[in-house]
Amino acid sequence: MMISRRDFLQTGMAASAILGASSFGQWGRLAAQQALTQDQLTRFDTFGNVSLIHVTDIHAQLKPLYFREPSINIGVGDNKGKVPHVTGADFRRLYGIDDGSPAHYALSSGDFTALAQGYGRVGGLDRVATVINQIRADRPDALLLDGGDTWHGSYTCYQTEGQDMVNVMNALKPDAMTFHWEFTLGSDRVNELVEGLPFAALGQNIFDAEWDEPAELFPPYKFFERGGVKIAVIGQAFPYMPIANPGWMFPEYAFGIRDEHMQEMVDEVRAQGAELVVLLSHNGFDVDKKMAGIVTGIDVILSGHTHDALPEPVLVGETIIVASGSNGKFVSRVDLDVRDGRMMGFRHKLIPIFSDVIAPDPEMTALIDAQRAPFADQLSEVIGQTSSLLYRRGNFNGTWDDLICDALLSEREADIALSPGVRWGPSILPGQDITREDIWNVTSMTYGQAYRTEMTGEFLHVVLEDVADNLFNPDPYYQQGGDMVRTGGLGYRIDISKPQGSRITDLTLLKTGEAIDPSKSYVIAGWASVNEGTEGPMIWDVVEDHIARLGTVTINPNTSVTVTGL
Amino acid sequence: MELTRRNAMILGAGAIVATGLPLTAAAAAGDEEIAAFTGGAEIGSTGVTLTAPEIAENGNTVPIEVSAPGATAIMVLALGNPTPPVATFNFGPLAASQSASTRIRLAGTQDVVAIAKLADGSFARASSTVKVTIGGCGG
Repeated sequence: MMISRRDFLQTGMAASAILGASSFGQWGRLAAQQALTQDQLTRFDTFGNVSLIHVTDIHAQLKPLYFREPSINIGVGDNKGKVPHVTGADFRRLYGIDDGSPAHYALSSGDFTALAQGYGRVGGLDRVATVINQIRADRPDALLLDGGDTWHGSYTCYQTEGQDMVNVMNALKPDAMTFHWEFTLGSDRVNELVEGLPFAALGQNIFDAEWDEPAELFPPYKFFERGGVKIAVIGQAFPYMPIANPGWMFPEYAFGIRDEHMQEMVDEVRAQGAELVVLLSHNGFDVDKKMAGIVTGIDVILSGHTHDALPEPVLVGETIIVASGSNGKFVSRVDLDVRDGRMMGFRHKLIPIFSDVIAPDPEMTALIDAQRAPFADQLSEVIGQTSSLLYRRGNFNGTWDDLICDALLSEREADIALSPGVRWGPSILPGQDITREDIWNVTSMTYGQAYRTEMTGEFLHVVLEDVADNLFNPDPYYQQGGDMVRTGGLGYRIDISKPQGSRITDLTLLKTGEAIDPSKSYVIAGWASVNEGTEGPMIWDVVEDHIARLGTVTINPNTSVTVTGL
Repeated sequence: MELTRRNAMILGAGAIVATGLPLTAAAAAGDEEIAAFTGGAEIGSTGVTLTAPEIAENGNTVPIEVSAPGATAIMVLALGNPTPPVATFNFGPLAASQSASTRIRLAGTQDVVAIAKLADGSFARASSTVKVTIGGCGG
């Protein structure tokens, strides 16, 4: 084992060490913020000779926000009960995080509303800029690597087709990036943006669909010489883009996991003298874990896609896997000691971006505001209020999705609503206004048409089984990394331990309480279809109409899904 | 998530395979073809590599590659298809390499199998589950 035990222990539960023992009850907003300082959040004893900075899954969130981590994130197969499938109080016990501490608020669910009121917002790329600048002050040649899902997820990103994010990220000066939702801008726009990037656009698994050969625009890897170390960064885009997202929008490209090609690339860069091999991945955490056990020779995997935030790396063999959260909420710093062509040790810190504690970088604030200025009136328009916490993350439902399904049921006059189990989208606290920007933050996409169609009960069952297997197939290589499709007007039981075809039972039409009849047709409303030619109003307009009509939104507890087989 | 007739047909096939109803018949048909190819000889597990996607991007055209250094022939079967045999690649003594790639059509989620006849006359088998899915809800 080349990583010494001592070095492993130095890896950080930085966040949990910030305040030591404290319970939130003793802390008012002012006290909490006075106790936290920027220096505490970013303090790091520079280590070794190489620094990596990882950001991922920003989903176009330029401004500070609230983001509730999931309370339900079930692991299956070998990952049952393993991180990141540990949530809430169990997560805090596992990492020794005090209840009510900043780390509790940043990393886990539980008491979210109270803690959010105390600790305030998180994220904001002007705060992220401050942290990156500080790391670069320690180590000027640190590598900044963006795991993708950057050019998607907001009103301004949609209106500018990703230009706002490209402008802001370029100012942060990343060294490389990989991709997922970017491709939903359509291949013409992706090609145009990528051709203009001043940094590497990597993806060893981005292939030409016609010839099944590596796509020229996306090299598999790039070499960097930093701290006297020859570093190869290999990119891995989201493997299931044409399946989980509309393939017709980027028909020239094929993806897949392609771990045999990954091994070829690792062998190739090692043969060219790479002393450190870093994988910038959008695989999702469990896929990265499996890949680390199959592909040999990767030192560090910077993991994205599944939006997990882990306070220390997970070790698989001699590979460390770093998970850096989402929505601009975290920056990971990984310092490495590379000697004699080998990684000898590491030190790591997952830095939570507390927006009220970390000073914004003024130049970046100005740049962000400039992107938003043309849309200021549209963004800030108040559509309604909420008396409930609105959030999305969780395997089965979130209150934002309950609201979206309610909107589909009432505005589209449907029996049943389906809403995709995506993991992006910030939270809104009880008592807050809901602005147009807030609605777009949880719905924005290039295929947001809200369709209305008919499905037999039998077909509906097939759909639920199909999506459930994307989440609960015991082999991570068959998982797509999202959550279960959200349902409105429909109840069911799911036994996650069963194989595809027999997990979902007891389908119930909630408005009548009757069992779903396999042979009967039901009116279904949904959005985010991957099929070309889908028609309907845009989902953000449907949700806006619904909220405007309600005035104040209240979401009752959702008990429509019963989960067994845990 | 919206259904089209095409997807409904793909899904229907997928669901049948998933519940396992016709698989026994299909697997038996595959066994027959394999027995004819091997002459009933024992089949080992090393010497042939099958590369296939875990989840097909398009079930109508799934890229696969087979490779077996020194082999004289490689047979490919899609066990869940109405007609399981896909192709048999024969390699002459002057073949520079014993590998081939092609695209195959899969009726639904199923195992794709490659059987190679190796240089010493023995046989080797590799198999891979390829999922055909409707997808639609990535994170």
